Amino acid sequence: MATATGAGLPIRPVSTPDTFQQITKLTRYQLYEYVRSRRFVAMLGIVAIIGAIMTALVGHYRGGLVSSNLAFYGSFWGGGAAFLVVLAAVIFGGDAIAGEFQNKTGYFLMGLPVRRTTIYVGKFFAAFLASVAMLGLYLLILLGNGAFYFGAGALPWQLPVSLLITLVYLAAVLGTTFLFSSLFKTSAYGFALTAVLFLIGFTILQALVVDLVHIEPWMVISYANSSIGNIFNPTVNWGLFGNITTTTTQVGRHSFVTVTTYTAGIAESIVIMLGYLIVTAVGGLYLFEREEFT
Amino acid sequence: MPPSLEMRNLTKQYGTFTALNALNLKLDGGKCVGFLGPNGAGKTTTLKMLTDMIFPTQGECFINGISVQQDRKRALAEAGVLIESPEIYPSLTPNQALEMVADLRGVPAAERKDRIRSALEEVKMVDWADKRVGRFSKGMKQRINIAAALVHDPSVVVLDEPSTGLDPRGMAEVRAIIRGLKKSQRLIFMSSHILSEVVDVCDDVALIDRGKLLFYDTLANVTSRFSDGHSSIDLSFARAIPPDAVQGRIGTLPGIGSVTLLDPRRLRIKYTGGIETQERLVESVAQMHLGLVSAGESESALEEIYLSQISRGD
Ligand SMILES: Nc1ncnc2c1ncn2[C@@H]1O[C@H](COP(=O)(O)OP(=O)(O)OP(=O)(O)O)[C@@H](O)[C@H]1O
Ligand SMILES: [Mg+2]
Repeated sequence: MATATGAGLPIRPVSTPDTFQQITKLTRYQLYEYVRSRRFVAMLGIVAIIGAIMTALVGHYRGGLVSSNLAFYGSFWGGGAAFLVVLAAVIFGGDAIAGEFQNKTGYFLMGLPVRRTTIYVGKFFAAFLASVAMLGLYLLILLGNGAFYFGAGALPWQLPVSLLITLVYLAAVLGTTFLFSSLFKTSAYGFALTAVLFLIGFTILQALVVDLVHIEPWMVISYANSSIGNIFNPTVNWGLFGNITTTTTQVGRHSFVTVTTYTAGIAESIVIMLGYLIVTAVGGLYLFEREEFT
Repeated sequence: MPPSLEMRNLTKQYGTFTALNALNLKLDGGKCVGFLGPNGAGKTTTLKMLTDMIFPTQGECFINGISVQQDRKRALAEAGVLIESPEIYPSLTPNQALEMVADLRGVPAAERKDRIRSALEEVKMVDWADKRVGRFSKGMKQRINIAAALVHDPSVVVLDEPSTGLDPRGMAEVRAIIRGLKKSQRLIFMSSHILSEVVDVCDDVALIDRGKLLFYDTLANVTSRFSDGHSSIDLSFARAIPPDAVQGRIGTLPGIGSVTLLDPRRLRIKYTGGIETQERLVESVAQMHLGLVSAGESESALEEIYLSQISRGD
């Protein structure tokens, strides 16, 4: 019988694909793994539910929600996409690296002639694409509603721009979850930290920076995501610096409350997001290159 | 160029604890080297550094002359490794998992199907090729892991207790696979606690204890070196051995030190004079028509050596 290991036969050496090809291949297999996972199906379910609630809301209230297609897309893409990005990034990226240690699947990959970077980047792309699939479903539901109220052709030019910003935001958030994920060797910690951080941590941090330090919270990633919706504003700020609005409200006879709000400029928010992506990617790769599979 | 593995001054410290202490070992040529040592001796630590899963505190390893620490991708290209029973993504089937391995390793698409099929045949998992790995038993997963280590036709094979979790038949199959690998001039470096397995398939043995290499030599040399100049061999017979044959006809053959009846059908013979005496001995006994069925290095010789060497450190 001819054997795989070619008992008695000469060795048939193979030549390892280059790193770029390996990243592509690994992305494909990881994505396949995601698509077949329970969490992927669960996420699809969550998006479908959010989409259904949104459809019902618009159908019931109409009014201001459908006063213009800008208002419609601004509130539903602007409001929903940033949340979905965080949810998808936590679900797909929270344990991406930690899980490889905890589930011992990383030991399987480490026996292969691939650079550690290849594993990290391949997993990142796969998580990115899996998240994009979620955003895609949400977008489809949105477009369906949009077509119903405004006709199929009435797409504002802001929508594709907002989609692009959303993708950059996704990359930044995923980069951050991957970085945190590679700090741990236990999936639960990766999930917990990224979920807490993105769902409440950054929002609190942003509020603290504004209220206590009184500066524009440009260093907080959640600050940047507002531009996904802001772009639908007629008075959008494209710039590198945020708008500062101060409103003073009288709350008693002699007391006034002054509230300062900051709104990131579009260019500014993209720079912030790319900054997060670069810093976290470099940091995460640095950590993963040095992590031991003990 | 023959396959080779080299560990140069390989050292691993965890804090102040030295798990592996300046290991120098160079293996080359097509053969199987057994890596022995008690629990915690540093075997897995060594094999993990050989495959860049952990990093040496000092020293370096080479696979076919390529530094693992400097270029894991190139160094591991011709190696097949199985360390500490890794898990395969549970939603993959064996076919898909091996496809991933073969694809990432660069097995040409045209050959992939064939190679995967024969790798699965070798570990007797063809019937499970399209079932999800997540539901497999420990031994079934281990079989797939072995197939994954071999699917690309490696010239160097590093195995950490490959028989872990396997049933007796699985263990026998692993031995057959290793013998096949040796035939085609591959180098196998294998840790094991099963001395009979080592005696059966290995040509050389390395023994470590507490992170220190105690010796590395051919199995034959080791056995003769540590058994007061005597080598020892076990003979098995198809029927009970006539008592007169034991001390009489066999015991008086040239070079024989002692003959012990292990059970009615098995003899242990201590002899001097190396391989020549051994050949002559087996030939003579075969000609006695006593029903000789097999002759093999006695495993308990290795066991005696193992125990005496390990306890020496106490
Ligand atoms: N991550 C770690 N941190 C601290 N010590 C470790 C770590 N990993 C291994 N060790 C120690 O290193 C020593 C060698 O362990 P290793 O796993 O190499 O032993 P082994 O020879 O493979 O044993 P076994 O036969 O039980 O598999 C042990 O004393 C172990 O406790
Ligand atoms: Mg071990």
